[in-house]
Amino acid sequence: MSAGKQSLLEVRDLKTRFYTFAGVVNAVDGVSFTVGRGEILGLVGESGGGKSVIGFSILGLIDPPGKVDDGEILFDGTDLRRKSEKELQKIRGKDIAMVFQDPMTSLNPLQTVGEQIDEMLRLHSDLDARARRARCIEMLTDVGISEADKRLNNYPHQFSGGMRQRVVIAIAMIAGPLLIIADEPTTALDVTIQSQILKLMRRQVRERDASMILITHDLAVVSQMADEIVVLYCGKIVEKGPKQDLISKPAHPYTQGLLGSIPKLHGRQERLTQIPGTVPDVRNLPKGCNFRERCPFAQARCAEEEPEQISLGADRSVACHFPLEQELEP
Amino acid sequence: MLGYLTKRLIQMTIVLWVVSVIVFMMMSFTGDPVFMVVPIDATDAEIAQARRILGLDQSLLVQYVKFLTSIFEGDFGRSYVFRQPALELILQRMPATIEMVLVAMAFAVIVSIPLGVYAGAHPDSRISKTIMAGSLFGISLPGFWVGMMLIYLLAVQWGWFPSSGRGDTVEVFGLRLSLLTTDGWHHIILPAFTLSLATTAIILRITRAGMMEVGRQDYMKFARAKGVAPRDVLFRHGLKNSLIPVVTIFGLQIGDLIAFATITETIFSWPGMGKLLIDSIYRADRPVIVVYLMLVALIFVVINFLVDLLYTLIDPRITLK
Ligand SMILES: Nc1ncnc2c1ncn2[C@@H]1O[C@H](COP(=O)(O)OP(=O)(O)OP(=O)(O)O)[C@@H](O)[C@H]1O
Ligand code: SF4
Ligand SMILES: [Mg+2]
Repeated sequence: MSAGKQSLLEVRDLKTRFYTFAGVVNAVDGVSFTVGRGEILGLVGESGGGKSVIGFSILGLIDPPGKVDDGEILFDGTDLRRKSEKELQKIRGKDIAMVFQDPMTSLNPLQTVGEQIDEMLRLHSDLDARARRARCIEMLTDVGISEADKRLNNYPHQFSGGMRQRVVIAIAMIAGPLLIIADEPTTALDVTIQSQILKLMRRQVRERDASMILITHDLAVVSQMADEIVVLYCGKIVEKGPKQDLISKPAHPYTQGLLGSIPKLHGRQERLTQIPGTVPDVRNLPKGCNFRERCPFAQARCAEEEPEQISLGADRSVACHFPLEQELEP
Repeated sequence: MLGYLTKRLIQMTIVLWVVSVIVFMMMSFTGDPVFMVVPIDATDAEIAQARRILGLDQSLLVQYVKFLTSIFEGDFGRSYVFRQPALELILQRMPATIEMVLVAMAFAVIVSIPLGVYAGAHPDSRISKTIMAGSLFGISLPGFWVGMMLIYLLAVQWGWFPSSGRGDTVEVFGLRLSLLTTDGWHHIILPAFTLSLATTAIILRITRAGMMEVGRQDYMKFARAKGVAPRDVLFRHGLKNSLIPVVTIFGLQIGDLIAFATITETIFSWPGMGKLLIDSIYRADRPVIVVYLMLVALIFVVINFLVDLLYTLIDPRITLK
């Protein structure tokens, strides 16, 4: 969080585990970060890093065999983990809303789009039927759906993927949430639609002075959207900091690797290198640094000791024994 | 829609025709009905005359053609035993059977849907495991045994319910109904409950399977993320999405129960059409059997049609073609 901003969400030392037959998965292992009011935080990392689990943990939607074992989730000053299921129901959708990855599957196929948007207002407002309808039309228009009054009576299958994601965003926004968790909201869409939807989300968030956690595996997306970036690897934060700073001077070899896989649109080099190797099995993590086997800078110490978070100035920290120092060429 | 209806009508006619052919052919392999109508000491001449009157002296083909043409004239033949039009005989008994089946289906739905939803939503809970074990009994216990146990305990031993018959009925538009009298209800509960057991178990299991499948869908989690209460997530978002197979089986079961409630009707001496079927088979009362089976086929076709309509009401993606 950048200095001077008030914090909206503070996650402290969050630990979420899955107790599966094959063993315990430390999906989220001691993660701490802060989202400021009106701020967009990008949560980045490869598949399996624990990004979605963090999102669901915040909303209290982790199902057995999973469990939030430890940590605090301070939202607006109170710990969501201490809230009852009933209290959480009032917070979900109203204060914290979520947008899922795949718009094709997040809407109920048997209810009209109107019913599904209206459900939010029925749950979280005292408006009467007429006012709610007006509000739904307004919201749908706002996310760029024309002839909204007619579209309310349509079913999801009568919408394209991009349109459905607009509907989902309308649902997420309509109760005026303070925080939106967007879990890979555009990965299922094609590239041109992706950027439209991202722009729409950013505009909606900024206009309402809401905050957003944008979950993605795509640093390029995050670098367009976010104010702050948190990089996750195997359930742990490896690096975090303000966007500009982190992208121009990545301190963790993993972040640098992710940056290497951003296609450079303007530069001469069109490099798109994947980070070599694969993510280790989370049930069976190696001793020392989790990234060791894929890290070009690994040394003996990395195999022995797990790196702690070290501060690199006001808002930045990194978990690496040998943080990088050189600035990337622009 | 019109195209669909035409298609459905043609389909229905073909089904009925095929059923009539099969039933007619099967009839000729079973006992000779002539002996059911003549006295035991009838002479050969009398037997031959009876045979001529019944039209049984002609070839099967001629008999069949005659049968078909009289159907088109609205004559479905007369019972050899009751000397009464076969159709009328069956229709008189039908309300009793339909009433019992409807009550049984209502029992089945009221019990099985909530339990199935619960068991599907919490597959690992102890209550769900108990429910599923119970449903195995519903499927595997033979209806006649359950019926007899119920009669023995609830009727004979404790006297809570009458053991047989239909009780008081009220005539409405020429139909005799027992659902409008308390005595009728008192009589219908045991047989309807017996009849409902297997259906309850089947619908319960199908609902559970559907809910388990639906539970994995994103829109269920999204509904929770919207702040919908768990019960509404299950019943408002989940149940409807698992209803297609439930409705399918429901339709089949209703047809099945109407057609073949025979055993339960026999045990409870319920004066329905299933009992009539058994008696007619026993007495080789061909016209009744033929009309009965064709009527059953008709019921199945109509239910099937209604189920198709229900599909479109449940799922907007399904259209009638
Ligand atoms: N229901 C579950 N049961 C067992 N393990 C789970 C479950 N859900 C998640 N996990 C594990 O938790 C870890 C983190 O998963 P998560 O879905 O948060 O990853 P992610 O960063 O969102 O990845 P992706 O980019 O693929 O969405 C993974 O190793 C995954 O196997
Ligand atoms: S701690 Fe060592 S292995 Fe891990 S990222 Fe840093 S340099 Fe690489
Ligand atoms: Mg994910």
